[in-house]
Amino acid sequence: MDKDKIVGKPISRLEGKLKVTGAAKYAAEYEVENLLHAYVVNSPVTKGKIKSINIDKATALPGVITVLSHINRPKLAWFDLQYADMDAPPGTVFKPFYNDEILYNGQPIALVVAEDFETARYAATLVEFDFEEKPFETFLTDHTEQARPPKFGLATALKPPPPPPTGDFEQAYQDAAVKVESEYQHGTEHHNPMEMFATTTVYNGEGKLTIYDKTQGTINNQLFVANVFGLKYKNVRVLAPFVGGAFGSGLRPQYQLLLCAMAAIHLKRNVRLVLDRKQMFFFSHRPPTKQNLKFATDVNGRLTAMAHTALSETSSYEDYFESVASWSHKLYPAPNTLFEQKVVPLDVCTPLDMRAPGGSTALHAIECTMDELAYKLKIDPLELRLLNYSDTDPSAKKPYTSKALRACYLQAAERFGWKNRTPEPRSMTRGNKLVGYGMATGIWDALQFPSRVEAIINADGKLILNNAVTDIGTGTFTVMTQIAADELGLSIEDVDFRYGDSQKPFSMFQGGSAMTASTGVGIVVATKELKKKILKVARKMDNFPFAKSDDKDIIFEGGRIYLKADPEISISFKEIVAFNKGRNIKTTNMGKPHMLKLRNYSKATHSASFVEVEVDIELGNVTVTRAVTAVAAGKIINPKTAKSQIYGSMVWGISKALHEETIMDKKLGKYINTNLGEYHIPVHADIKDMDVIFAEEEDELINELGIKGVGEIGLVGMPAAISNAIFHATGKRINSLPIHFDELM
Amino acid sequence: MAKTILTVNGIRHELDLSPWVSLLDALRDRLLLTGTKKGCDHGQCGACTIICDDKRILSCLSLAVAKNGSEITTIEGLGDDDNLHPLQQAFIDHDAFQCGYCTPGQICSAVGMLKENRATTRDEVSELMSGNLCRCGANKGIIDAIMQVKDGGHYE
Amino acid sequence: MNNFEYLQAADADQAINLRDKDINAQYLAGGTNLVDLWKYNLTHPAALIDINHIGINNTITENPDGGVRLGAAVRNADTAYHPLVEERYPLLSKAILAGASAQIRNMASNGGNLLQRTRCYYFYDDQVPCNKRIPGSGCPAKTGYNRIHAILGTSDSCIAVFPSDMCIALSALNARVNVIGLDGERSIDFADFHRLPGDAPELDNNLKTGELITSIDLPENGFKDHYSYLKLRDRHSYAFALVSVATALKLDGKLITEARIALGGVAHKPWRVAEAEDFLINKEANRENFSAAAELIVQGAKGYGDNDFKIALAKKAIVRNCMMALDPSSQQPGAQPSA
Repeated sequence: MDKDKIVGKPISRLEGKLKVTGAAKYAAEYEVENLLHAYVVNSPVTKGKIKSINIDKATALPGVITVLSHINRPKLAWFDLQYADMDAPPGTVFKPFYNDEILYNGQPIALVVAEDFETARYAATLVEFDFEEKPFETFLTDHTEQARPPKFGLATALKPPPPPPTGDFEQAYQDAAVKVESEYQHGTEHHNPMEMFATTTVYNGEGKLTIYDKTQGTINNQLFVANVFGLKYKNVRVLAPFVGGAFGSGLRPQYQLLLCAMAAIHLKRNVRLVLDRKQMFFFSHRPPTKQNLKFATDVNGRLTAMAHTALSETSSYEDYFESVASWSHKLYPAPNTLFEQKVVPLDVCTPLDMRAPGGSTALHAIECTMDELAYKLKIDPLELRLLNYSDTDPSAKKPYTSKALRACYLQAAERFGWKNRTPEPRSMTRGNKLVGYGMATGIWDALQFPSRVEAIINADGKLILNNAVTDIGTGTFTVMTQIAADELGLSIEDVDFRYGDSQKPFSMFQGGSAMTASTGVGIVVATKELKKKILKVARKMDNFPFAKSDDKDIIFEGGRIYLKADPEISISFKEIVAFNKGRNIKTTNMGKPHMLKLRNYSKATHSASFVEVEVDIELGNVTVTRAVTAVAAGKIINPKTAKSQIYGSMVWGISKALHEETIMDKKLGKYINTNLGEYHIPVHADIKDMDVIFAEEEDELINELGIKGVGEIGLVGMPAAISNAIFHATGKRINSLPIHFDELM
Repeated sequence: MAKTILTVNGIRHELDLSPWVSLLDALRDRLLLTGTKKGCDHGQCGACTIICDDKRILSCLSLAVAKNGSEITTIEGLGDDDNLHPLQQAFIDHDAFQCGYCTPGQICSAVGMLKENRATTRDEVSELMSGNLCRCGANKGIIDAIMQVKDGGHYE
Repeated sequence: MNNFEYLQAADADQAINLRDKDINAQYLAGGTNLVDLWKYNLTHPAALIDINHIGINNTITENPDGGVRLGAAVRNADTAYHPLVEERYPLLSKAILAGASAQIRNMASNGGNLLQRTRCYYFYDDQVPCNKRIPGSGCPAKTGYNRIHAILGTSDSCIAVFPSDMCIALSALNARVNVIGLDGERSIDFADFHRLPGDAPELDNNLKTGELITSIDLPENGFKDHYSYLKLRDRHSYAFALVSVATALKLDGKLITEARIALGGVAHKPWRVAEAEDFLINKEANRENFSAAAELIVQGAKGYGDNDFKIALAKKAIVRNCMMALDPSSQQPGAQPSA
């Protein structure tokens, strides 16, 4: 009678119909009565002060309600701490409209509120400013001398600084048989989710707001709004049932939320604020970086020394930090190491985590350096990885809870046909194209946050689960339903997972590939407790047939409980709730990572990416014709949605390697390609054959479910695999991303 | 203000519109048909694709008043929960979306593309669908879904 | 982003007269560029005169001279897929299909394609100087980031490029542009339609104020046997050309009897060099001769730093595209290089 487990099945997204019929509603799409429309005015100046504002022309326009700025804004919180969301880096939080200071180009400096969208947008062009401009610094590589160690704080707890040096790097490097020294530069990138940031604020009377927001963290934003405007937590509700992509940009409350709420409170009206695509470039980005690596091996190819230093941009007011220099020693066991990372504060907006922050940056450099070593050693690049394979984490001197990277290498190599590669650059051709094969390793965190879940059995015998988490397209809704269904032996139709609402029990923001493990464990803990409560009620029933049976002899299956020994005897959840006078049976419990047990282990997901490129022999034009990525990420709850996560991040890898870059004009101190016509992400024509393998990886240590998370790992190895394939095709090492095809002519 | 008659998903609407209202904003803000998405508002992403007088166009670059008298089909008019358009079903089956925001535009664009009947190979389909960006990177699933419906030949 | 009047012209005369009444009125056909520019606060029309219903610009017909007339309001996609164009002017068809996206091609008019404005980053940002937008304000592109900018025919005041693909083919085909204005009708050689920036970069073309494009005439010879359009860009589709090439050849055996080579993405107008085309006459159709022609075409090219690569790229692209023209079946979706 043990029915098939739902976990592990490729279930189609449960919200699929809503999305393909256009019924799914995003933040700007809620029908609200007497709605006002707001539009942001952004600073054309990069650094300085607002000397004066003239709003006469704007307010003279029929339909304009008000123009808000630092001059006439309502009261805001004083203290930085009150603006500090859960993901705020150390420093002084940027406070929109707080004063006359301009800290970066595109900073919001006024807000027009009008009866309709068109009027607000036009009026925004009519607000006039007088600025005092100051000299600025916005270009990372022009100011490397200002690099300094970052400050660390609460939000950086998950991103530790690089591990301390080991051995004697300088001596080992000097003495080494084979060595490679290289520099890598990455440009700025913007998250650019398809849905532009938007907030609809419903004013529910004095101090009470219902907010539809684009966010990865409903509770993070609820606390932020309440703190900034001095409202009671319970009076601020943030809803985000559908989020049109975020990729990190929704980890922190963005300024449209604060300004929309400000306008609603000030006017005591319902207000909607949608950013335009250009404004999507005026908050949060992946910082540009410069990395320097020195790797050395003995004659046999065993790594003896590794040094990795990284500089990354941050703003003048907050120390954003992502781990770049920390990764190589988690993979490779060189005895002599030196890692260092510094930030360069510039007059830009604070960067923010963007899909595989730090890791995708670092592994590009590390895995291209490994490729260079392989060529110097005349060893197959895959062989070099296997030669330096470590089952443990050398940087922490701890075993991994599980690590099936070897299986990833071998299975992906087999599927890809790596053995057909002839190592010499430019040795493989196809018509007018040079063909290149490249491979690289990926590694990413396996995080888990605390998550509180309410589990309810209702009078219909159905399971309702409540948690504040969002589903930003990751499949959270579907996989949580699967997990819950198995825990209670229900079909997915009998499980109702409710999410995307700050009024529901606690969830961290959705990030770090951590949500499936976090919310999933919350569900396991809550449903376990719920089962006990169901039994407790059932045991009081007069006709309860197995009153004396032990808990472990009882099976939950198909909305009923059975006695293992005699499946003929059963009783339904419905009957139990009916006996409970129709009152729901419920419990709320917190799932937590097993900090103590895991203290002695390192945790990571791993991947291996194999890529074939074609490079036009004359014109340099590049196509990623094939890519295979194998991932070891513990148990896969839903192979269909998990594969999509990997495919998606492989596309991101292609984009990072070949397409996307935000261009900073250093004389103007501003980004100049602030639109989707000139900020290139791949189009369908860029995406050819892709394949994903999930390597078997049982992990009984990591958490109750053996889950590690798949949101980012698929991206990590791809840029290096592509760069290495391009080297193999052309004999050219291009260490700045994105690679422009003209560099390969 | 100009009287503008739009027949959307078979329903005739008489709207009093100012010339500066885009067809996209008329659909979303005035007719509350929010299935048509605003991803850039400048003709650079394809999220706002609709079928207007039998052709796929971008509603963000269209002025509503200039479309007076037009027949428009949006994602809401292609199918509903109980009667999905074959492309809608194929998108679900192939997991051809993640966040879902580009999805209505992708599907409307694919409907128009299949009607145009100019693509045979997968590469040609990909080329003719390249006006629809997907930031989640669901490109493979999207083209798989379209190819299945195209090869099945039952998309009218 | 101002509001404007929307006026529908019933015929060409009415359109011209409405335009004449208001210096700030503009014609509206497909709107794909105009609405975009308006939404970026770069143009501020007082009125838009809809010219889609004036009756004289929405067909594709054969001309008595054996050529074909393309109505100015006919959509780009309808033009590319029109049997007369597909069969007789496949170069034009391929070039149109290499531009923008399918949706935009369904909307954009032929006349509008000729009038689209540059995609220069600095032109598109209303908060920075730009001589094309505000004459005399300066050109940040010259010393800024200029990967997408011109290498030929630039001036001190402007290094913007003209972004069309369709027009590169029209240039190679020696099309003529028919216009109507207050002074009556006239016909303009394609080579004289667009202009180089010189010291008046605000002017993209030689239309007189208020003139309306009614049609484009294609001469009889459509080079249907030996043609190719190649477009090189930072992704495989839906991006503007860094360099594009339209090649049309007439061959007698291995000998070239007529050659047309037009470059896109490199100048303020489609770029053709008569000297190079003349050079190829009576020469064998081979890489060596095409390379020599390519040298002549990019003669005098000047890079501005980030776009230096365009000089070498243009030369290689010309050679490749001429070779592709020998076998038009080498055409790839999205005008990608031959396999």
